[in-house]
Amino acid sequence: MCLAVPMKIVKLTGTDAVVELSGVQRSINLALMSDSELKIGDYVIVHAGFAIQKLDSVDAEERLKLLQEMLEIS
Amino acid sequence: MDEYRNPELGQKLLGKIEETLRGFPVKISIMEVCGTHTMSIARAGIGRLLAERVRLLSGPGCPVCVTPNDYMDRAVAWARCKDIIITTFGDMMKVPGSTSSLYREKVSGAQIAIVYSPLEAIGIAEAYPSKKIIFLAIGFETTAPTIAATIKCAREKNLKNFFIHCGHKLVPPAMRTLVNDPELQIDGFICPGHVSTIIGSRPYEFIAREYHIPCVVAGFEPLDILESVWMIVNQISRGNHAIVEIQYTRAVKPEGNPNALSLMNEVFAPVDSIWRGLGTIPESGMTIRESNADFDAVKKIPVAVEETKEHPACICGMILRGVRLPVDCPLFRTTCNPENPIGPCMVSSEGTCAAYYKYEKG
Amino acid sequence: MGETETIKSGNQITMAHGSGGKLMHNLIRELFVKRFANEFLDRMSDSAVLANPLNDKSDLCFTTDSYVVDPVFFPGGNIGSLAVCGTINDLAVEGATPLFLSCGFIIEEGLEIHILEEIADTMAKIAHDAGVNIVTGDLKVIEKGHADKVFINTSGVGRRPKHLQLGHDFIRDGDMVLINGAFGEHGIAVLSARGNFELNMDVQSDCAPLHGIIAEILSASDGIHFMRDPTRGGIATTLNEIVAGTSSGITIDEASLPIKEETRSACEILGFDPLYLANEGKVIIVASENKAEKILDIMRLNPLGKDSRIIGKVTHENPGKVVMKTLLGGHRIIDMLTGEQLPRIC
Repeated sequence: MCLAVPMKIVKLTGTDAVVELSGVQRSINLALMSDSELKIGDYVIVHAGFAIQKLDSVDAEERLKLLQEMLEIS
Repeated sequence: MDEYRNPELGQKLLGKIEETLRGFPVKISIMEVCGTHTMSIARAGIGRLLAERVRLLSGPGCPVCVTPNDYMDRAVAWARCKDIIITTFGDMMKVPGSTSSLYREKVSGAQIAIVYSPLEAIGIAEAYPSKKIIFLAIGFETTAPTIAATIKCAREKNLKNFFIHCGHKLVPPAMRTLVNDPELQIDGFICPGHVSTIIGSRPYEFIAREYHIPCVVAGFEPLDILESVWMIVNQISRGNHAIVEIQYTRAVKPEGNPNALSLMNEVFAPVDSIWRGLGTIPESGMTIRESNADFDAVKKIPVAVEETKEHPACICGMILRGVRLPVDCPLFRTTCNPENPIGPCMVSSEGTCAAYYKYEKG
Repeated sequence: MGETETIKSGNQITMAHGSGGKLMHNLIRELFVKRFANEFLDRMSDSAVLANPLNDKSDLCFTTDSYVVDPVFFPGGNIGSLAVCGTINDLAVEGATPLFLSCGFIIEEGLEIHILEEIADTMAKIAHDAGVNIVTGDLKVIEKGHADKVFINTSGVGRRPKHLQLGHDFIRDGDMVLINGAFGEHGIAVLSARGNFELNMDVQSDCAPLHGIIAEILSASDGIHFMRDPTRGGIATTLNEIVAGTSSGITIDEASLPIKEETRSACEILGFDPLYLANEGKVIIVASENKAEKILDIMRLNPLGKDSRIIGKVTHENPGKVVMKTLLGGHRIIDMLTGEQLPRIC
């Protein structure tokens, strides 16, 4: 019940959005997102046709960098 | 997110885990409680990579696995009605009930539509106004808010032929049952990533505080899982107070998604619920509140349901709790196999028994 | 293993019996092969290799296949393309030059004629370009509701060099496993054409006749031991078929599997595994280790093989099983498809 995928917003239409992952697009529902500032180009986690959270890409990159640094220390 | 599959980093993480656990007298047991984690771990082959030092346990984290027979028996009874279309996620098609499954019913002519999103079921209800459309709402806190939103959508469209068979369950109460189980030795929890996207990390704090078991909320890529195991292992080795940490910070905030949570609580109320193999767990299920009772299939569409029977020899419950292995089950392989599953552990392709079957097949 | 149990598990044919996996194999073996009982069927190969009753110079190759697809038209082709390519390919993978096809149509009452015309146009073009003649056929019309638009059966006959050392018995431990390009596209194309799950994507079926590329490698190199075209059930099923019941196993390398991004994404969203998706223009080749690179080079010169890869090898480890070395370095057993793949949330 956790199958959800980060997809990029390519179009915003109020309650819905069109998202894309490497050439595959789908219309999804934004009812679970607060009237947050979602922009075109943002990534959202998509589950069963709904966005359930915005993906923090900055955090993702920073965390990966941190992990790489930690793993260099042997 | 391909960087989270980087094999080099993966190898380094494996090395770190090995290093941290060197000198530990016993293998540590880490349980994950999310079917998608079970899949990710199996797909990447992580279980065997860690096998020397870490026992990865697959707990009751899959709605397929924990849905009891009576839920399926009712779905089957409805499926046999000519004026009903059952709409469902693909996961439920092969889940066995007492004597049948949705798959068997479809073969016999039942109208069953498999959907990716519950909103597709709304579309079906609009397209077939003379039929009753029942959606099988299973899943944990990741999915319940989407069903809540779907019910609101049905309300807005004033649909009279759309209903929900509510089988949602909540993860943290089940985790409490697991840690209270005297037969289970759990040294750490990998907490479900997408459930936590909704509920945040705070609901797991009781596990760290009362039971002193480290918890890490993990993502689903191989590196997410390995990093999470490392974080758990570090907590254990440091020996300080156990805490709840979030590894999946790119998608999970400590407070979760308050909007989704409030929508979920607006439509559903917690209720005692039976989990296959774990028995009744207080306040661990959801029921549709009175304000939306007109969408509740159980209340609105009475149907005669066969008497619920569990297969007497099936020990899925004990396997789900991690206290028995598939090879301990008398039905394993002989009667119960992937083409003909008796219990839910064999239904899901990466369920404990299905996975065992693949690996240990002669 | 309870093989007879699998067809007794219920008294009805289910969709799973047709999906190319274990249930289908068992059904064919237990219900038909056992009854028809002859040495040709026992081989369970794509085409039957028969001593040519007309002359001694070459063997006859004979095959048949039926085509049912919903929807009848999909990106990259239609049921007609499948009907011609599929049977050509079953001959080609046995090392035969396809010569003649028959085609039988079962048509549902009410089907619009222009649809049939388009299907026939497609079949004519592919056959003509392939140098194959459709020389005989049959047509039946059945009442509305008793068939799904149109079903096609094609049988094919080809000429195969005598004593060609190609077949299951020639596979050796140490052989390499090759594929002519990215897989899973036909499965995804059909899914997207059905419109279920409301995914929008631009994936075309890979449906294509492979006799040309196969003839090229057979004439330019020896060391090709076995070929099969993976269709329903995906490459996972075909690879399992190769080693099931033998003392050899196959190890494939996740890092070298060619998959298009769109295929991968659609699978991630729905929870599918591309290894089990249908193909209609792929060939799996098992060849000796020292010839593999040369064969790869030849394949890559052909437009139907430009993304050819070596994806694994035949080993003495894990007998009877297909194992994948994951990106992470772990191992995962790739079983045969059980039933159909369904989109999941778990």
